[in-house]
Amino acid sequence: MNIHAVRVIYKYEMLRAWHTLLQSFASPVISTVLYFVVFGAAIGSRIEQVDGVSYGAFIVPGLIMLALLTHSIANASFGIFFPRFTGTIYEILSAPISFVEILIGYVGAAATKSFIIGIIILATAGFFVPLEIAHPFWMLLFLILTCISFSLFGFIIGLWAEDFEKLQLVPLLVITPLVFLGGSFYTIDMLPPAWQTVTLFNPVVYLISGFRWSFFEVSDVSVWVSLSVVSGFLFICLVTVWWMFKTGYRLKH
Amino acid sequence: MGIFSVSFVFMKKPIVSISNLSKTYASGFVALKGVNLDIAEGEILALLGPNGAGKTTLISIICGIVNASSGQVLVNGQDNVKNFRSARALIGLVPQELTLGAFDTVWNTLNFSRGLFGKKPDPAYLEQLLKDLSLWDKKDSLLLTLSGGMKRRVLIAKALSHEPTILFLDEPTAGVDVELRKEMWALINRLRKSGVTIILTTHYIEEAEGIADRVGIINNGELLVVEDKLALMHKLGKRQLKIDIEKTISKIPESLSAWELTLFEDGQSLLYTYDPNRQQTGVAKLLRTIDSEGLLIKDVNTSQSSLEDIFIDMVNK
Ligand SMILES: Nc1ncnc2c1ncn2[C@@H]1O[C@H](COP(=O)(O)OP(=O)(O)OP(=O)(O)O)[C@@H](O)[C@H]1O
Ligand SMILES: [Mg+2]
Repeated sequence: MNIHAVRVIYKYEMLRAWHTLLQSFASPVISTVLYFVVFGAAIGSRIEQVDGVSYGAFIVPGLIMLALLTHSIANASFGIFFPRFTGTIYEILSAPISFVEILIGYVGAAATKSFIIGIIILATAGFFVPLEIAHPFWMLLFLILTCISFSLFGFIIGLWAEDFEKLQLVPLLVITPLVFLGGSFYTIDMLPPAWQTVTLFNPVVYLISGFRWSFFEVSDVSVWVSLSVVSGFLFICLVTVWWMFKTGYRLKH
Repeated sequence: MGIFSVSFVFMKKPIVSISNLSKTYASGFVALKGVNLDIAEGEILALLGPNGAGKTTLISIICGIVNASSGQVLVNGQDNVKNFRSARALIGLVPQELTLGAFDTVWNTLNFSRGLFGKKPDPAYLEQLLKDLSLWDKKDSLLLTLSGGMKRRVLIAKALSHEPTILFLDEPTAGVDVELRKEMWALINRLRKSGVTIILTTHYIEEAEGIADRVGIINNGELLVVEDKLALMHKLGKRQLKIDIEKTISKIPESLSAWELTLFEDGQSLLYTYDPNRQQTGVAKLLRTIDSEGLLIKDVNTSQSSLEDIFIDMVNK
């Protein structure tokens, strides 16, 4: 294990966030606060409780997930895309490091940053709505699994994208709709029956449902199903990255 | 081309051994065609070749940046794919392009490189390295504020940051001013003295002539020749004999036709091109014959063709 390499990559990626502190940590917090004000306070005051939870509190897990997903993907994809773009990736490729070490460095740092964002938002939410976490262990588990798997997913996008446009494309065209239709703001049974079926193909639904269950013990699907889906997604991402490194896809011509 | 297959160099154990290395890019372009090359420990090998010859491709494969299509590279006896860790740890690479981050400082990027190659931090070593490269006063500068020549030196510092025993320099002196070029040659010599094996590519023949022990010539993905620099010049170098005469002539006399001389435009000089390694160069007889023709020899001088001539000669074949 090349510990020193993992250390410098991880440190480098964490420093990158430090240099852009405002963008990295303040912006997700600000946008989440705006959601609270608009949906939680303004609209939420006219909405009755959902499954026995006040609407303001109900949307907290979904909002955290929304921020985690977008930031995990944005951060991890940029982290590996940029060296490819500038050519400095030559150094990573010529160094005595295995793909696992590269992953721990890049994805580990991106996941850490997302995790911090998640915690900050959670704390911020506590100011607006009374929050109780029924299952702290499950909450942390979902939080960490999400940070890791979507950072990994972002890493894949960063390896795959050939230009800045493609780098933005997936988050914009795929992730944002999936998250908004993933039940951040409603429960599935509020939807018309046909859409309820369609929604079940959206992996983010399982994520948010499981995460919300860890807070309020209300969920659309069983928490075990949620856990399986997240783990499955993580596994698929891992296999994909492994294959990309093995074949040198988009890295080694 | 039989003469090219014989090498007079007695190889020490090769530190890098390349066999049947081929590369076909995804576009279908064949950049390397079965290259075989042994690089001796501690030598300076210069690779010459026109643009697009495959020099960077060859280096990139050895360093693990590009996958080979077939063939094998052994670094200190270790396969560079199967045992990539031990193979790569020995190698430092200075890329052809000035690929550097923008917002890091010189000091940080050096520490990054060192860590990447699995070495624990060593500020004293890095300080000395920066001083050797006249970069110490720039250690806290952002990379984007450096000039091209400074960036080139930072790249060299990064490559040396993990104390490699094999150093690849892909056109280290491209876009570098005369003074800095001299400094780099001095640095390369110092490194060699400390036991580092150096492989460099260059378009400046005088660079290869000046600092290399051996010279390899690549063209169209083929290694045409690898030879001890002096032996190569000796073997392939043509010598020319210029004979100035008192008389002015308009035509070379019949009796001198066997030597295939060239007459200069002024009609007062004759040029004889010959291979100095042949048993019978014919020089003595030529001079006697000219004398007997009554042309009155005024002066003679010989010149050896340079590496440059040899290079152009080979590449254009
Ligand atoms: N990624 C790639 N895809 C397709 N062809 C490539 C790729 N990289 C290089 N080539 C081609 O391979 C050939 C060899 O390129 P290479 O960079 O090895 O040449 P070189 O000898 O280093 O040239 P130069 O002196 O200009 O640096 C060139 O014709 C180049 O166009
Ligand atoms: Mg090149």
